Amino acid sequence: MPAVSKGDGMRGLAVFISDIRNCKSKEAEIKRINKELANIRSKFKGDKALDGYSKKKYVCKLLFIFLLGHDIDFGHMEAVNLLSSNKYTEKQIGYLFISVLVNSNSDLIRLINNAIKNDLSSRNPTYMNLALHCIANVGSREMAEAFASEVPRILVAGDTMDSVKQSAALCLLRLNRTSPDLVPMGEWTSRVVHLLNDQHLGVVTAATSLISTLAQKNPDDFKTSVSLAVARLSRIVTSASTDLQDYTYYFVAAPWLSVKLLRLLQCYPPPEDGAIRGRLTECLETILNKAQEPPKSKKVQHSNAKNAVLFEAISLIIHHDSEPTLLVRACNQLGQFLQHRETNLRYLALESMCTLASSEFSHEAVKTHIETVINSLKTERDVSVRQRAVDLLYAMCDRSNAKQIVTEMLSYLETADYSIREEIVLKVAILAEKYAVDYTWYVDTILNLIRIAGDYVSEEVWYRVIQIVINRDDVQGYAAKTVFEALQAPACHENLVKVGGYILGEFGNLIAGDPRSSPLVQFHLLHSKFHLCSVPTRALLLSAYVKFINLFPEVKGTIQEVLRSDSQLRNADVELQQRAVEYLRLSCIATTDILATVLEEMPPFPERESSILAKLKKKKGSGTVSDIEDSRKERNVNANANVNGSSDHTITNTSAKPPPSFACDLLATAPPPTNRPRPIPSSSMLHTPLTPLSPKAYTPQPVRPTVPFYQVTSSPSSDLLGLGNSSAVNSASPPTSSHAASLLVDVFSESLPVAALGSASAHVIEENFSRFVCKNNGVLFESQLLQIGLKSEFRQNLGRMYIFYGNKTSTQFLNFSSSVVCPEPLSSHILYNIFLHSRLNIHMKAADPVLDGGAQLQQILNIECISDFVEAPVLNIQFRYGGSTQNISVRLPVTLNKFFQPTEMTSQDFFQRWKQLSAPQQEVQKIFKAKHSMDTEITKAKIIGFGTALLDGVDPNPSNFVGAGVIHTKTIQVGCLLRLEPNTQAQMYRLTLRTSRESVTQRLSDLLSDQF
Amino acid sequence: MIGGLFIYNHKGEVLISRVYRDDIGRNAVDAFRVNVIHARQQVRSPVTNIARTSFFHVKRSNIWLAAVTKQNVNAAMVFEFLYKMCDVMTAYFGKISEENIKNNFVLIYELLDEILDFGYPQNSETGALKTFITQQGIKSQTKEEQSQITSQVTGQIGWRREGIKYRRNELFLDVLESVNLLMSPQGQVLSAHVSGRVVMKSYLSGMPECKFGMNDKIVIDKQGKGGTTDDAGKSELGGSSGKQSIAIDDCTFHQCVRLSKFDSERSISFIPPDGEYELMRYRTTKDIILPFRVIPLVREVGRTKLEVKVVIKSNFKPSLLAQKIEVRIPTPLNTSGVQVICMKGKAKYKASENAIVWKIKRMAGMKESQISAEIELLPTNDKKKWARPPISMNFEVPFAPSGLKVRYLKVFEPKLNYSDHDVIKWVRYIGRSGIYETRC
Repeated sequence: MPAVSKGDGMRGLAVFISDIRNCKSKEAEIKRINKELANIRSKFKGDKALDGYSKKKYVCKLLFIFLLGHDIDFGHMEAVNLLSSNKYTEKQIGYLFISVLVNSNSDLIRLINNAIKNDLSSRNPTYMNLALHCIANVGSREMAEAFASEVPRILVAGDTMDSVKQSAALCLLRLNRTSPDLVPMGEWTSRVVHLLNDQHLGVVTAATSLISTLAQKNPDDFKTSVSLAVARLSRIVTSASTDLQDYTYYFVAAPWLSVKLLRLLQCYPPPEDGAIRGRLTECLETILNKAQEPPKSKKVQHSNAKNAVLFEAISLIIHHDSEPTLLVRACNQLGQFLQHRETNLRYLALESMCTLASSEFSHEAVKTHIETVINSLKTERDVSVRQRAVDLLYAMCDRSNAKQIVTEMLSYLETADYSIREEIVLKVAILAEKYAVDYTWYVDTILNLIRIAGDYVSEEVWYRVIQIVINRDDVQGYAAKTVFEALQAPACHENLVKVGGYILGEFGNLIAGDPRSSPLVQFHLLHSKFHLCSVPTRALLLSAYVKFINLFPEVKGTIQEVLRSDSQLRNADVELQQRAVEYLRLSCIATTDILATVLEEMPPFPERESSILAKLKKKKGSGTVSDIEDSRKERNVNANANVNGSSDHTITNTSAKPPPSFACDLLATAPPPTNRPRPIPSSSMLHTPLTPLSPKAYTPQPVRPTVPFYQVTSSPSSDLLGLGNSSAVNSASPPTSSHAASLLVDVFSESLPVAALGSASAHVIEENFSRFVCKNNGVLFESQLLQIGLKSEFRQNLGRMYIFYGNKTSTQFLNFSSSVVCPEPLSSHILYNIFLHSRLNIHMKAADPVLDGGAQLQQILNIECISDFVEAPVLNIQFRYGGSTQNISVRLPVTLNKFFQPTEMTSQDFFQRWKQLSAPQQEVQKIFKAKHSMDTEITKAKIIGFGTALLDGVDPNPSNFVGAGVIHTKTIQVGCLLRLEPNTQAQMYRLTLRTSRESVTQRLSDLLSDQF
Repeated sequence: MIGGLFIYNHKGEVLISRVYRDDIGRNAVDAFRVNVIHARQQVRSPVTNIARTSFFHVKRSNIWLAAVTKQNVNAAMVFEFLYKMCDVMTAYFGKISEENIKNNFVLIYELLDEILDFGYPQNSETGALKTFITQQGIKSQTKEEQSQITSQVTGQIGWRREGIKYRRNELFLDVLESVNLLMSPQGQVLSAHVSGRVVMKSYLSGMPECKFGMNDKIVIDKQGKGGTTDDAGKSELGGSSGKQSIAIDDCTFHQCVRLSKFDSERSISFIPPDGEYELMRYRTTKDIILPFRVIPLVREVGRTKLEVKVVIKSNFKPSLLAQKIEVRIPTPLNTSGVQVICMKGKAKYKASENAIVWKIKRMAGMKESQISAEIELLPTNDKKKWARPPISMNFEVPFAPSGLKVRYLKVFEPKLNYSDHDVIKWVRYIGRSGIYETRC
């Protein structure tokens, strides 16, 4: 670039700048600038035209003033005039001014664009370069609109100079980044790929950047670049360092180009062609070999360049994840770096190893470095490196080394940085749970954790301990004993008190035999901590006390004394006061039997994803942890097979299969804080008075007593569905539901259908359909791309359905659209389908066309039932993911029974109506084999979920179920009576349905018989 | 309490650094420099909080004075102290400039030791300080002198020492006022107030007791009701014409004034310090005499030309002369040329200040003068209009725009044999412009 030559030097500018620099104060500077601006204004105003030189000088001064932070509102015209000058320096200054100062000013933009167009069409390469640089620097939409078609043409034109090609490639890259929609993909794309073969390495480097970006968007269009990139890479790698002359940087051949090529290759899976693949492997091996060679220079630039290529190569190896030998070699190479002097290298090595650890080929190899990693955890001075070491330890942990790693992490925790403590706590908690061989070790570890870093132990961690202790009989005694011992410490953390209170309240009886931990001792121990704790903990302790009353009648007096004291009965906190009053009354009035029922031991929690893991993921965003989890999915699949299995207690994986969590579950991911830690089995008759504080808790009751029971949300989708709050309902579930619920898990936790990845599936998916017959909320469909959740409510003949579309990928879905249609009439149902439109009115609001990665979208459906119907509507979803259009059709669970209104009636009424509906076409009877276990509670729940009222004491045989309800449609109302007789010996059911309409009877019996 | 005090030059270099408390570290010096002096945006607030440390600063020409504290102190107290500190320094070595501070830094440290003790302000009366902090090297003091200083510093009247003798007992009294105005283009007063000071220079022997009287509305009304008029005082110094009394909105006094007496009788009596001091400060907002009226006329001729005509009228007795008159007419930011014609004085376009400055040396009352200017503009593509900042004015007039008159100043010295009549008294009124602006 020709510098401003001496003859051309702008003396006025130099003087001005030195004046400014010599200014003593800011005020003086402003005065000088004002003076200069006035001068320039008078010059520009002057009638006689300025020559190019002075124009350039004044524009330069304006630019300088602007860069000092002052507003410039004139001189744009002069700058644009400079563009048409024939002198390079003047043109350059003009472009500089435009690039720095241009704003979308309509009249000037046209002039500027014109000048740029002229320069682009000139044959002078320097002018073309200036113009291209200006386009790239400004990069505005207007620019993109004007030149998006021009730049690619220059890029692929045969007669373009190399330097111009280089600029054009980078310019196009910039335009593609700022306004991707304006850059047309066309026939030039294939020719761009061939730029990888260009003689000029600068062009190749620029083109590689461009292709990488484009390939990320449209991988298919640039597939051919893989072989070219591999060829180019192998030429660079095998070339002697002198071959590339200008592009050799401290004895490393074209490091930037190599890194870019390796990045480009990471956009694609390993090449299928054996030859190319072999060549690539060879390249990677050479790169790994070169790392072993002694350095050719002691300069830091040499090693930096070399390592940059090496790390990129390693990430390509990890990305491909197909060559075991390469993976192991990469791992060994990283292992060497773990002890390197350079902190940066150690950091990078730890980070890369983290990803390596998740590959099945190299997991073992990574494990060999455990000692080094632990050592770096202890000795590393930089906290970010230590953090990586923790990540790596977490990633490499498995059953064989869990104990060692957990111990090391615990000991590190004592000295760890405050910023990462919480994360370490979560990780320790997860590892301890995941790889626990015996649960006594787990309990010990967690209690240790609370002791060491109690402040950083989040709620989720201690919830999880309690979940596990409650679900496992074998550790309960040990847990009680350990907790009791831990509580003896004079100062213990509040979290420990919480765990202690809960566990002793539940299982204190298991250690009561020992005189050292007699009930009274236990109580006094807990109560000694009472006054030091916060309100939620005190509330929990009060519940523990009332449980003691049940467990140990002998301490009843002492506890009542405590509850009766003014500090409890008249506590300022309303929650504590309420609990004290209620517990006191409960213990005074109720008989031991009632007490025993009310204060029964907590039922086991349903298994589901660890809330801790969810928390860790949330903390990390979509960071490394979830990646690791995902990539480990395959290995965990076997373990996941028995979700309810007792021996293999593995954390189930979200994306593979969401095990449902139940509303009644006290430790659900996001229930409201006050009701959560209440160790009372949910009992509706008792609980209603106990929870007046949460009005939500019993609002649903009058309508449908068991609604909460059916608000089943699988925990991953609870976020998706935004049902977090609805689990507030949990405490109002009926007395037996918690027990039933845990059994229901089996019904609902069958693995969800793994839908084919995105590929257009034309058939209607109905797998989950039957599951929604008896419930209104849940996950309707799930594939690797998309999750569809439903939440619906029906009243009389109207219904509203909230559909939640969750994008599980990290990229946008474009052109997202959905529609509800009636399926093609099937031969046997022609009659109904013709009328379906008129029988069912569905209104849907159009969905947003773009669904961001990781985001979810809600769509509301308003449904009106005109008349009875059979076929459910189908939801068609269409969107673009990557380059291809995805079609998904799902049958919406809008079934006739949704419009049920339960009717309560006496035995007499029932039989009277039963007899009225005695016409043969009004009755349908079915005898069928039970598909699921014949549990009474489940069956009851299903019948209620079906929509009818469950009538007790109607049928003389108590094991039979009788229900009644009215189906509301706009035109007619259909009364319905049903009777279900189970035969446990034969595992058979007999279902009898009587309604006033034949079609309804048939449809209902089909629907209902499928459920058992 | 004040934790430390720093003085910087305009570049942010530390000239004086005195730390009084341990909670202020060395880095506080840099924190202020980085966050205030070198701040990207000009810091307007006089109080800056940086990392739980408060910095109170005042600027005198190019010098920054900053007081630092970590505690919750009374900000008004700190600023009062800083102003006092400036006064003391001015009294010792004149203008506060980098050079003067460098030349006197031993003295400044000595002063800082004296007037701040562990962060608590002490006696900062210049007269008192000058008795024991001198610029003339070390001079050994006699026992008597030392005990005298001790008794004075610790005694009840800290601002005056005993045994002062003058051959001629003289007293100078200056009423200094600055008048602030914002006027609409149509001549409507949008806001106006006068802030004034009564500055005295006393050269009196012994321990005289003084009584100061002015035409304070409350006093006059009370006297009118009570029927007791103090004719003697009035005939001596009293004003000749104009309104009888003024309403003072608020006032503050020098520490020598007996506040209890002012509260009960609203009389200002005091034992004056020796030499120069400020007796009181006050503020009035009612019935202000505006010495000048500015009538602007701005006409935009197309996009490239602006015609400005400004008339000023003096509005006081023709016998009085206003001085140092300066009118500043702001010009648009895209001015490319100016032609000025004025009848009186000199006018010039100052590009560096974006204004036309018109200066008139002297002007008698009840006169008027006019300037007209043609401003050429450069058309810009900027859409925003010129904000038309107000026309401002500077002047000095020999009367008090608030209407304040000194009615009497009586001196009693019972021990020495001179009476009120023997004291020579001088009174002077000066009215200056504060922010005196007219919108155009």
